[in-house]
Amino acid sequence: MMEDRTFEHTESEIGSRLLMSRGTRRFRRLGALAGNAVLVTIASSSLIALLFIFYFIVRDAIPFFRLEGFGEFFSGTRWYPSREEAEFGAGAIFAGSALVTVGAIAVAVPMGVFAALCLSDILPFSLRQVVKPVIEMLAAIPSVVYGFFALVIFAPLLQRQGGGMLSIGALIVLVPLSLIGVAVAGDLISAHVSERGRPAARVASVVVLLSVVTYALFELHRFLGGLQIASGTNALNASIILGIMALPTIVSVSEDALNAVGRELREGSYALGATRAETLMKVIIPAARSGIFAAVILGVMRAIGETMVVWMASGNAARIPEPWFNLLEPVRTLTATIAGDMGEADHVTGSARYHVLFAMAACLLAFAFIANLASELIIRRARKRLG
Amino acid sequence: MGTAAEGRNEHGEGPVAISGEAQRPGHIRIGIEDFRDEPLSGRRPLILSRNFSVYYGTAAAVRDASFDIPEKLVTAVIGPSGCGKSTFLRAINRMNDLIPRCRVEGGLSLDGQDLYSPQVDVVALRKTVGMVFQKPNPFPKSIFDNVAYGPRIHGMSDRGRLAEIVEHSLKRAALWDEVKDRLGDNALGLSGGQQQRLCIARAIAVEPKVLLMDEPASALDPRSTARIEELIAELRGEYTIVIVTHNMQQAARVSDLTAFFYEGSLIEFGETKQIFTKPRERQTEDYITGRFG
Repeated sequence: MMEDRTFEHTESEIGSRLLMSRGTRRFRRLGALAGNAVLVTIASSSLIALLFIFYFIVRDAIPFFRLEGFGEFFSGTRWYPSREEAEFGAGAIFAGSALVTVGAIAVAVPMGVFAALCLSDILPFSLRQVVKPVIEMLAAIPSVVYGFFALVIFAPLLQRQGGGMLSIGALIVLVPLSLIGVAVAGDLISAHVSERGRPAARVASVVVLLSVVTYALFELHRFLGGLQIASGTNALNASIILGIMALPTIVSVSEDALNAVGRELREGSYALGATRAETLMKVIIPAARSGIFAAVILGVMRAIGETMVVWMASGNAARIPEPWFNLLEPVRTLTATIAGDMGEADHVTGSARYHVLFAMAACLLAFAFIANLASELIIRRARKRLG
Repeated sequence: MGTAAEGRNEHGEGPVAISGEAQRPGHIRIGIEDFRDEPLSGRRPLILSRNFSVYYGTAAAVRDASFDIPEKLVTAVIGPSGCGKSTFLRAINRMNDLIPRCRVEGGLSLDGQDLYSPQVDVVALRKTVGMVFQKPNPFPKSIFDNVAYGPRIHGMSDRGRLAEIVEHSLKRAALWDEVKDRLGDNALGLSGGQQQRLCIARAIAVEPKVLLMDEPASALDPRSTARIEELIAELRGEYTIVIVTHNMQQAARVSDLTAFFYEGSLIEFGETKQIFTKPRERQTEDYITGRFG
């Protein structure tokens, strides 16, 4: 058996070059083992850190639920942790977090996705090289600087100029967006008309759409312009600043997704006579859809987890706005509550007041975990689908 | 800019005949080996290139190319890598417009119309001049939606009609029998060769007059390559096909006429048989005998 696999030994020059001594072999094997061990340790340390965070947060959160139960914490709206008869109704705080996050999404997602489209397909190449670093620079600004801006500059402006400023801001964003939207929609509509009537159909649809959009914008302007804002530190302020902070994440991740679609598909579409709008709407965005969705989730995580800005800009009133979607009222978020109350609660370690903050942290952590998992799954599924 | 009447007749004597259609009776399956025995003279030139140059920035990728591509035949463009053959091909449907700092000089016309005149609608041009790329590039959509993409963007919304077009195009691209039971499946699940035939079907679906093929088989295995070549032979006579290839055997097998490019210049253009048996230029001979490139 063994004889079959051994070769007759010859004193060959090349063959002997291929051999190594027993010592060398052992040394190399040990070296590889040690190297692997070091790398595995370093790589797993981040996992260990994560597990520790989970463990300590949950360990300190459990006593709260044991003391106070679940019902009041999630559904009650009376938040008086420092009273003699402490009340821990965090419902308004959850609502505040949700409201600010939704507001931030409303600001960041359209702007971010549109900016990503501009960077991947619309702007001339030389401009892209300038715009991208500028957007990425937004990520480098410390959040306390954003908070300072929100508190010292943006809040007084909102309070004094109120509706006028809102209206101008909304118009600045909405006018170009709706012009592009009208052009694209006109293109898509007229594509359904036969070759001969197409120019006329395009003009007609653009005119109709333009007048509808103009009327809508005018009404919006009138409504916003008439608003009085009681306090500049409110959910809107926090939403806008948070939205801007989430922009770089959304832009760069969705731009990556759009670029990953590749030149081949774009050329394939153009070669069939598709316009840029058609190529964008029917090939590129559908192909990059899941990547864009993942970008949005990451941006949302950024907005939910942000503490300093919401603490400084949101007004910190632990009550549900009237009506519940009123962004102009002050709200309080989970993160700001943890940051704000920890200093006082520290003195009463072991009390419900201390542990309730960990309960909030555990909720945030659970949400972040779920969202990250979801985006990971979506990206993985998309990768499989695109081959 | 030369019109059909004043264009040089590269491959025959006398005035250029205008009756391209009459030359080929209907659609018949043509064996790859035998079709080149028929005379090529008298074909109407469809694409005219006159001192045509393409520049990327200041570097010329195609320099002063002048030749006529006749209607409803297969014209191969060969040459070593970087010789400008793909650039020339992409100039015909103005895909180079997408490349920044790319500009052209001289004349390039299709059926008498200057392709680079400002009045030309690029959308209409690309609908008339279909293209198949080197790497199969189906959209990440269903097989049906891939073929229906072109007709849809050009305004076709009638479902029955779309289904007809899809079936016809897939049959034309010799793919129908393999996919007719799974038109709703994602096109990315097809093999490379099937994907490339799907791309040909997608191009055919908008009823082009010209098909540009940019090394359509270079990413495929020999069997798929043979199928694509068979398909080109079948489409010959119905479409004017311009194929870029770096595979000289392929050019010899599928084309009626061959243009040899070297370093951006058109060195020689003529009937494929002549180019491969009695090349007039030294460089052509060196290239096809494998002495360089």
